[in-house]
Amino acid sequence: MPLLPLSRRSLLSGSAALLASTALPAHLRAQETPKKGGRLIVAADSEPRNLNPAMVASNGVFFVASKVVEPLAEASFDGADGLVPRLATSWEGSDDGLSVTFRLREGVTWHDGKPFTSADVAFSALNVWKPLQNLGRVVFKDLESVDTPDEHTAVFRFSKPTPFQLIRNALPPLTSVLPKHVYEQGEIADNPANTAPIGTGPFRFAEHKPGEYYRLERNASYWDKDLPLLDEIVYRVLPDRAAAAGALEAEEIHLAAFSAVPLADLARIAEVPGLKVVSRGYEDLTYQLVVEINHRRKELADRKVRQAIAHAIDRKFVVDTIFLGYATASTGPVPLNSKTFYTDEVPLYAFDPARADALLEEAGYPRGGDGKRFSLKLLPAPYFNETRQFGDYLRQALAVVGIDAEIVNNDAAAHQKAVYTDHAFDLAVAPPVFRVDPAISTTILVQSGLPDGVPFSNQGGYRNEAIDALIAKASETIDPEARIALYREFQKLVAEDLPLINVAEWGFVSVAHESVGNIANNPRWVVSNWADTWLGA
Amino acid sequence: MNRVRAVILRRLVGAVAVLAIVIVGGFFLLEAAPGDAVDAYVVSTGGDAGMIEELRKAWGLDRSPLARFGLYVWSLAQLDLGRSVTFSRPVLNVVLERLPNTLLLMGSATALSFSLGSLLGILAGSRPGSFRDRLLSIGSLALYAVPGFWLGLVLTVLFSVQLRWFPVSGIETIASGKQGLDRALDIGRHLVLPVASLGLIYLALYLRVMRAGMAEAWRMDFVLAARARGLPRRRIVIGHVARNALLPLVTMLGLQSAAMLGGSVVIESLFSVPGLGRLAQEAVAGRDTPLLLGIILVSAVLVVLINLAVDILYAVLDPRVGAGEAA
Repeated sequence: MPLLPLSRRSLLSGSAALLASTALPAHLRAQETPKKGGRLIVAADSEPRNLNPAMVASNGVFFVASKVVEPLAEASFDGADGLVPRLATSWEGSDDGLSVTFRLREGVTWHDGKPFTSADVAFSALNVWKPLQNLGRVVFKDLESVDTPDEHTAVFRFSKPTPFQLIRNALPPLTSVLPKHVYEQGEIADNPANTAPIGTGPFRFAEHKPGEYYRLERNASYWDKDLPLLDEIVYRVLPDRAAAAGALEAEEIHLAAFSAVPLADLARIAEVPGLKVVSRGYEDLTYQLVVEINHRRKELADRKVRQAIAHAIDRKFVVDTIFLGYATASTGPVPLNSKTFYTDEVPLYAFDPARADALLEEAGYPRGGDGKRFSLKLLPAPYFNETRQFGDYLRQALAVVGIDAEIVNNDAAAHQKAVYTDHAFDLAVAPPVFRVDPAISTTILVQSGLPDGVPFSNQGGYRNEAIDALIAKASETIDPEARIALYREFQKLVAEDLPLINVAEWGFVSVAHESVGNIANNPRWVVSNWADTWLGA
Repeated sequence: MNRVRAVILRRLVGAVAVLAIVIVGGFFLLEAAPGDAVDAYVVSTGGDAGMIEELRKAWGLDRSPLARFGLYVWSLAQLDLGRSVTFSRPVLNVVLERLPNTLLLMGSATALSFSLGSLLGILAGSRPGSFRDRLLSIGSLALYAVPGFWLGLVLTVLFSVQLRWFPVSGIETIASGKQGLDRALDIGRHLVLPVASLGLIYLALYLRVMRAGMAEAWRMDFVLAARARGLPRRRIVIGHVARNALLPLVTMLGLQSAAMLGGSVVIESLFSVPGLGRLAQEAVAGRDTPLLLGIILVSAVLVVLINLAVDILYAVLDPRVGAGEAA
């Protein structure tokens, strides 16, 4: 009888497994009891030259470094003010906006065994965040000193009133704490810990094999005794997008984040048994699809022309066809998912080519013999498939209303120089990031008086005194309600005058194996510490 | 041996000129590309004007291109390839780390295309014009026309995703702790698909050169003589026809080594092999002039060395080569 190795039992269990994998919705299976141990392998598309998140607050750095180096607080879906404590256990701002007091967690040690104290926080704030960090240079510009009355209290003192709301919103991305004893000797920029970070996080940095992988190991003496659940996290460097999708299907990696699997492949990948497509976990890293405008061009300096361009764009088409539904149409400079600041009480620009035509006629640009009113240079940012595709779409949409746009394609470095330093563009397509608070990286997109060369800032020569005054006032308004009201007014003014045109906003998409638990359980999950992420069978 | 020494000397003098041209050309080509290393860097980080200025100063980009070129040539004269801006490490270390992978990939792919190509070339050329000849020639031409990345993708989907015979990417199993033979086998398994995609494309060249050489040799008098002597066909094919068609193939080997380096850029990215090709692509995207020049220099040295070896081999194989100069 042993001719047929298939027993009835194996047949039954096989079909039961089949049933389980198709009949149960993904979220039910993910709620099994978390398991300890295992090596999580994820795709990384690049290797940042610097893994110091206190110096370089960018998502590429956080993706790896946030598991090793922790901030004072992390973002949360349900915590008070959208935060949960990490290295700080509480925070309180003074009424005059001149100081913020942090209570720090006790019993925390660095990966090299030394205790974590308020001196580390003071050092990080004054020597790294304020003078060196890409975003901290803006938010902490008025930070004057940090008092450390005891080992577990740090009091930030500002020379000018600084909104506590802004500091709070900046805690997750801007306040990664570095060990003072490692960094106090020599140049911070040349410290070896910049490429082999030392922190307090749930994982220790183990090794980096350039071009191949990063490996992180479980920190057995993490301050939260029950965590982390995983033994190891390995980031495999997979620069090719098709390779990331293939590696997922071949079960060589468990997770590909940041839309490493192109949107066009998602529908097919979602059908692969054992894989899930997750679009949560990016809520606090909203990317915005924006048309940047060079106001030095006579035609574009005319508000009517800018309004005509806004009317010429079919936002629904952009969301449905370019983003395949993984985006939302924008109404203004603050995205819809910012519950605190967003307002829809702004002028809207419905898709209406006839209205656009009429506005262009009013502005004094009639169609010539060839049907064209004037020509423009359009520079789509090369960073995402979607920004390039939108460039192609915008060219066609503008042609309909008689504007002839010539597309200029550049690689990243060349685009950066052409738009932000040389101003050699008429229209550009940009993907700026909204980071929870408009003061962090959003107002800079329309504010005037910035020096040349600053990336993701107003380099279009736009100047509007009312908007500038509003930004200045909001930056020193302490009362949160008053501050929110100012930013709502800001959204209205921007939507009215259109220094730039907000088209759509999107978060990324992760593809993961069903076996990965606790994915996307906070609004910046991909760049958070993954202490409670686990790997099932 | 005088003959061989003359060949080497002539080649070395030429090599110095080649390297000089490569350095000047590489430096100013990358200089002509808009944007510098700081522009490429701040794309992923953002930052204000002060930070950008400090970075330019720290990376030595605040000097004029000519001044930087002078500095570069000066450090090169001291046999120092400089520091990579994107890796903030010495260029030589970064390049040497990747070189073995590229050599392994290139070497295996060349061996595959050379051996399989000449073998199939012999099969095709043993009866020029036959059905077998037509089939092989058309088949190899079709392979040659296929873009490398596409062939790579098809092989991945088929053999890695569907059949799961070979890994999708990488040079070895990550952090596996394998040693010795286990590790060699592991690397071998990872190399199968990239070597196949790179090697199969260049196979056609060897096949066609071999076949053409043989077709010509068939018309030679010595072949006629061999047939008149009544030698068996197999011996004529191997000993007389194929042997005489082999020389151009060796020339081809030298020429192809450069093309292979170019092809490995695509294949290394596709299969995530940490080699020189992928590094070069990253260096261009990051506007990392010292790194790119380092890669170009090492590749140029490599190509020069391979060609030198080919020339020596040629001189050994064919007594007529180099005899004139040596006399």
